[in-house]
Amino acid sequence: MTIGIVREKNTCIWGRKVTAISDCFISKRDEGRSALIPYVTCGSPSLEESLDILGLLEDAGGDIIELGIPFSDPLADGPTIQSSSQLALENGVNVETVLRILSDFKRDSNIPVILFSYLNPILQYGLEEFLRGVQQAGAEGILLTDVPEGSDPSIEGMILESEVDFIRLVAPTTDYDRIAKISKNGQGFLYYISRTGVTGARDLLREELAKEIVAVKRVSEIPVAVGFGISTPDQAAMVGKVADGVVVGSALVKILKEEGMEAASCFMRSLREALDLGT
Amino acid sequence: MNEVDKSLKGSDHRFGVFGGRYVPETLMPALEKLETAYEEIRGNEEFKKRLELFYRDYVGRPSPLYRARRLEKFLGAGPIYLKREDLNHTGAHKINNTLGQALLAQRMGKKRIIAETGAGQHGVATATACALFNMQCVVYMGELDIERQALNVYRMKLLGAEVRPVNSGTRTLKDATNEAIRDWVTNVDSSHYIIGSVVGPDPFPRMVRDFQSIIGIEARYQIIEKHGSLPVAVLACVGGGSNAMGIFQAFRDDPEVELIGIEAGGEGIDSGKHSATLEAGRPGVLHGAMSYLLQDADGQVSPAHSVSAGLDYPGVGPEHAYLKDSGKAQYVSVTNDEALRAFHDLAQQEGIIPALESAHAIAHLSKIARDYKNSGAVLVCLSGRGDKDVAQVSLLEME
Repeated sequence: MTIGIVREKNTCIWGRKVTAISDCFISKRDEGRSALIPYVTCGSPSLEESLDILGLLEDAGGDIIELGIPFSDPLADGPTIQSSSQLALENGVNVETVLRILSDFKRDSNIPVILFSYLNPILQYGLEEFLRGVQQAGAEGILLTDVPEGSDPSIEGMILESEVDFIRLVAPTTDYDRIAKISKNGQGFLYYISRTGVTGARDLLREELAKEIVAVKRVSEIPVAVGFGISTPDQAAMVGKVADGVVVGSALVKILKEEGMEAASCFMRSLREALDLGT
Repeated sequence: MNEVDKSLKGSDHRFGVFGGRYVPETLMPALEKLETAYEEIRGNEEFKKRLELFYRDYVGRPSPLYRARRLEKFLGAGPIYLKREDLNHTGAHKINNTLGQALLAQRMGKKRIIAETGAGQHGVATATACALFNMQCVVYMGELDIERQALNVYRMKLLGAEVRPVNSGTRTLKDATNEAIRDWVTNVDSSHYIIGSVVGPDPFPRMVRDFQSIIGIEARYQIIEKHGSLPVAVLACVGGGSNAMGIFQAFRDDPEVELIGIEAGGEGIDSGKHSATLEAGRPGVLHGAMSYLLQDADGQVSPAHSVSAGLDYPGVGPEHAYLKDSGKAQYVSVTNDEALRAFHDLAQQEGIIPALESAHAIAHLSKIARDYKNSGAVLVCLSGRGDKDVAQVSLLEME
């Protein structure tokens, strides 16, 4: 059984603001399973396939989708997502494109979607307009890798007060006081970064990771999902044993680009199966 | 304490609306630690003495203030003083910052240093500091810059640094900076990132400014001693803007002194091929700070261009953005051709080959010098020497 997930504290606080995202974690918790959160860059490998890719992620067992809005200088990303972002930009993807694709997708789907990006494209689009557009398109969350807790109170405040969840990241370098503060202001779930570094598949996860996740969950008032470097079903199962959710990004993006949608679908299913068996 | 320092006393780490810490969460604790360590050494006399000793015996400071009489005559101008940062050890002002930061890193127990470089001057200055203090040094450099600045690449290697080519994006300084930040995010516990200009997340812009402020402190003293009064204008080239911040800092509370930053106009602003961020960009976030930025309508960073690799950067230090918007400094640009002409002029009139970066300041000087003829002296920061550029310019001229 997932450690910590049934603790009374979480049970009561998870309900502090029931959003589609927290609802998703509650139902996964009730099933005793960890949530599978796939990431894809919108518009990569091609704009035409974008809608089908989102459908595939849902059909193949995804619980929440992270949809990337590309940025020219993705500091927090490794080579795989740098190149998918570049490709998406070459395909003409901008904020408006992403909102349109999302809105089309959401017409027939209820799976929660988190928009994942960097601040500058959002800022140039206009934050207020973006938040309105996001809500209209039907997204449930926003994650901005370069807007950490305390970096810009006015921007953070606007997102926190919006209708969508503001998903915050926590790193192995974040101390417990700060984790507590981030989780207190956090919405939806805490995204724990599995290692210092950028996104990208890794052969091995760090040995201390499981212990760290347990410790973060003890401090956090909201569910904890883990990402960065999780690229195989075994790794997903291992992390899923302790975390409330598992994010898989680069490995999926790579398979989509190199092997196509069929292979991506198989990969998703293998992750789903591993998560369900492993817990 | 000037008003900017006061504004930084708050928790938001900004110059007006510019600056801040827009970085991945992993780096936030490191920036806090760096800020604490930096605050500690600012008031530490022992640290200051140690740095001053290296400035004097190793860098060769104070750098001279030289009156360029033949250039004055050539331009039909009044007194022109050049602050000779080109005479520093390693050939540019960059060493002022790298020695300061390397000493700080040593105090913080960091054994590995990361740096980005455009023209290679900051890379060489960082590799030099690392050799001096026995630290491991990894320098990221865009592949295009590696081609343009082969001599500096060899210098860095000679000094014991590892030069890692960056082939993403525009393969220049912007992308080298991305890669350096990614390295820092990955190795944050063991490594310190010696950023090369007054850019990046707080506290870097004010820390680099403070290490470079020695330029202005000396120049102010020297010009009063030699000329008897303050200059009417201070000119410096601006890529990220560290030599400009360093020299401006000593004159920013003197309303009678005009501060003029010169950006790289490349092939002209209208061509779209330039690095004139303050002139043609608009506010945005890159490399951890809010500042002016060259970007398209969607907020994607536009490629910068300049004949000078050290100015070829689509961002600019956030404090320059603040100085521009508050009207305390003005920013203009000169083209590649104008800078190349100045490169020749200074060589022929004074026997000084300026770095292509510094040649931008000389180029603007030649446009405005006559206007100041009767009002007083003009001070120009000659931020580096041009040996590194000779091969590139000779190739350009053969084409």
